[in-house]
Amino acid sequence: MRAAIVVFPGTWSDGDCTWALERLGVETRRVWHRETALHADELVVLPGGFSYGDYLRCGAIARFSPVMTAVQAHAEAGGLVIGICNGFQILCESGLLPGALMRNDSLQFRCQDVHLVADNRRSPFTRGLAAGRALNVPISHGEGRYFADAATLDRLEDADRVAFRYADATGAVTAAANPNGSERNIAGILNERGNVLGMMPHPERACEALLGNEDGNAIWQSVLDAVHVVA
Amino acid sequence: MPVDDHSLAQVAMSRAEYQRLVNMLDREPTEVELGMVGALWSEHCGYKHSRPLFHLFPTDGPFVLTKVGEENAGALDLGDGWCAVFKMESHNHPSAIEPYEGAATGVGGILRDIFAMGMRPVALLDSLRFGPLADAHNRHLFGGVVAGIGGYGNCIGVPTVGGEVQFDAAYSGNPLVNAMCVGIGRREHLLSARAGGPGNPLVLVGADTGRDGIHGATFASVELDEGSEERRPAVQVGNPFLEKLLMEACVELAERHGDWIEGLQDLGAAGLTSSAVEAAARAGTGIEIDIALVPRREQGMSAYDVMLSESQERMLVIPKRAHLDEVLAHFRKWELHADVIGAVTDDGMATVRDGDRVVARLRVDVLIAAPQYPPEGRRPESLDRLQSEDLAAHPDLAPGRAGEALLDLLGAENIASRRWIFRQYDHQVLNNTVVRPGGDAAVIRLKGSPRAIAVATDCNARFLALDPRVGAQMAVAEAARNVVATGALPAAVTDCLNFGNPEKPEVAYQLEQAITGLSEACRALGTPVVSGNASLYNETPTGQIFPTPTIGMLGILDNVDHHLGATPRPGDTLVLIGAQPGQPASTLAGSEYQVRTLGRLAGQPAIDLALEARVQLLVREANAAGMLTAAHDCADGGLAVTVAEMCIGAGHGIDASALALGARLDAALFGEAPSRFVVATADAADAERVRALAEASGVAATVLGRVAGDRVRIGAANVALADAADRYEHGLERALAGETAAHAAGGRV
Repeated sequence: MRAAIVVFPGTWSDGDCTWALERLGVETRRVWHRETALHADELVVLPGGFSYGDYLRCGAIARFSPVMTAVQAHAEAGGLVIGICNGFQILCESGLLPGALMRNDSLQFRCQDVHLVADNRRSPFTRGLAAGRALNVPISHGEGRYFADAATLDRLEDADRVAFRYADATGAVTAAANPNGSERNIAGILNERGNVLGMMPHPERACEALLGNEDGNAIWQSVLDAVHVVA
Repeated sequence: MPVDDHSLAQVAMSRAEYQRLVNMLDREPTEVELGMVGALWSEHCGYKHSRPLFHLFPTDGPFVLTKVGEENAGALDLGDGWCAVFKMESHNHPSAIEPYEGAATGVGGILRDIFAMGMRPVALLDSLRFGPLADAHNRHLFGGVVAGIGGYGNCIGVPTVGGEVQFDAAYSGNPLVNAMCVGIGRREHLLSARAGGPGNPLVLVGADTGRDGIHGATFASVELDEGSEERRPAVQVGNPFLEKLLMEACVELAERHGDWIEGLQDLGAAGLTSSAVEAAARAGTGIEIDIALVPRREQGMSAYDVMLSESQERMLVIPKRAHLDEVLAHFRKWELHADVIGAVTDDGMATVRDGDRVVARLRVDVLIAAPQYPPEGRRPESLDRLQSEDLAAHPDLAPGRAGEALLDLLGAENIASRRWIFRQYDHQVLNNTVVRPGGDAAVIRLKGSPRAIAVATDCNARFLALDPRVGAQMAVAEAARNVVATGALPAAVTDCLNFGNPEKPEVAYQLEQAITGLSEACRALGTPVVSGNASLYNETPTGQIFPTPTIGMLGILDNVDHHLGATPRPGDTLVLIGAQPGQPASTLAGSEYQVRTLGRLAGQPAIDLALEARVQLLVREANAAGMLTAAHDCADGGLAVTVAEMCIGAGHGIDASALALGARLDAALFGEAPSRFVVATADAADAERVRALAEASGVAATVLGRVAGDRVRIGAANVALADAADRYEHGLERALAGETAAHAAGGRV
């Protein structure tokens, strides 16, 4: 499998995503935001960071970068796209995913370990995850509070498009386990086809026992296995 | 034309210094020249009062690649071609006026020092001092500074992995914000900040130049007063996004095209003036700048404004002539402005033109010849009184109140968990953080190498308030101990010398004594000083700060797999190393218990540097032999707090109720004698091996007990683990909510 890791001015998780994926044997390349060529079989990664400084609404400028036209086409053609943190914000700003990421309810930046449980277990990103298993994956954001109106949230839930929710270490979805005030503890969502995932936590930071834990690899491995099945 | 007092005050130059300049030039300076000289002769750039003491520092060692002062930061050889550069710098005065931007631009400035050397910044640390949180203004400063550090570091994507914060009335109104940065790279990619090769162009890259920060270096070199608020325009505003682009462009240039450039230099205090002049001085060349070529952010800026602007996020690149076009294209790819503003010359002059008109022309060696004032210290009489106080004359803590005293200290703003701070900092980005903030030192691994570095900052200035020489020794020792607690070998030091007005004899005394003590400890522990910064004039109308020479320590771990954290595993056995549990009342001198609980600051702190070195070696040897599972520096709050912190981390208590604590309960539990660790071993057999190894080295070691149960019992102190954890985990938040106003007064001497 190959991955195209998109770099906007201000992106900083490109190196971490490269590191995590290459450890799993994925061939990666960086794609500068002015480039427009993506291969159909590539996993497109929109990594975390502060694109254009995020001085305006997070992701609001990056969505106009030339590469986003290609990302849109890639998604429409059924190609896989994962947006992490700032990448999730960019996917929402560009309309590939519904809703928005607002300021954390604490009004502060939060860098800490959280637990996630997969709601959807059919998408390529979540197919390989064990039911009810709490994954320990860190967050690092100031604006990660997922928000959408109630009708949209209902629609997401009805269509099994909630990929991850914040949970406690036992996998229970509780208010206390919600680190930023996200609606319904939502940490990640899918598009209708299930080939585009946006999530606030950083699976690329949970890929090595030396750094704490390897739970993030379960998400990456799920994608790799899904692609191999398709191929 | 005789210069008026106002113009001299603007650049903080004395009449005598002005006369010295006139004598050196054999003429009156122009307005621009006066501004340039004033900035470079300021304390901030010229180290007028501190440099005469720098010869005391040990500067050489097995790891040292560039010595202090040679470049923007010190460089260390980590082995196998890897190299680390690191430095700490103050941004105290700006943060006192505008805490968010003051702290943010402090981070931005130290980052530029590191990537100017071609290395990739991999870790930030911050050493902070504020007045007690019971005061609303101190809370405002603290919250703003923490937000500013996070705002810059989080955006640029360099992890903030450590540091420390202390609260004491001595810092009310004059907070300290010392930012440290560490960069890592290959030795062959190290760059120099030299304007070498006459004829090579000078290229200014990054932000356009505005009027912000004019006289910032001067502002840093005078005391804060009621008028300081009016200096707000001297505080710059940071743009971390722009700096991210600059950082990536500079690191990539060093890694891929180092042969294109002659030198790379950051713009910091005194802007273009110090940047260009210092780069020329290093190379023994001259520089010529046409300020008409400098891109401006606003109209109507004079040559004076342009040369002294401290607009952030700018770098001076000195490309080799033949590669100018490639260098300009490189920065354009990163969507950065880059403009040729002048050239390197061979005449040893700093010439500034505005188009055809020469507005300044001075010898480089005059510009950097700041006057030197060897401190003339006088020992304040109050020290004798403070040091000779007999602490044993005070009644001891009653055994029945030991538990309560322990809980109170665990929740104290100087001891409680720093989680409220570091969860606002991205401490993980770059995927290198092996030991996260919250312990003694952070451990950062080197990708592609078995090695790692351990980094910490430290300085308990209360010890310096009582004895500046001994206190400075203790600061170095504690910083080294923090690094050793991860298993690393302390390799080198960066320092940030925060003091009051050096023109006052008692401050001059503190400066001499502290630098002497610092140097003695660095020699004893084998850690040369490779970089640093001095911030003097830290005074407000109500007094001066404690002498605070903050130490940044870098240690090396040959094998990252052998690193230690500060948290034991359930079932581990804890061992106190370095001293017997029983301690004399004199070890309460400068302790948090003394200040917070007894409401005083007195006594004579003491350290035996030879013992310190033996104890540190012992811990490293025990770890190398695989005997340890965790280690924690036994310092702030003493033995009881150290053990309680380890238990809270492990989620299990300990029963050390039978421990012999000697004649003085308060000193045994809360005294802050140095040279002590609490280490954890997997079982009683390993604990015995550690004890035997200690005995063979002539170091005291006492088995404390097993990490188990739901109570923390140390001698007469007996508290529920849950209560201890609650106080510790939430102490800082409660202090911020103004809940601990009663105790937080601190002790100004």
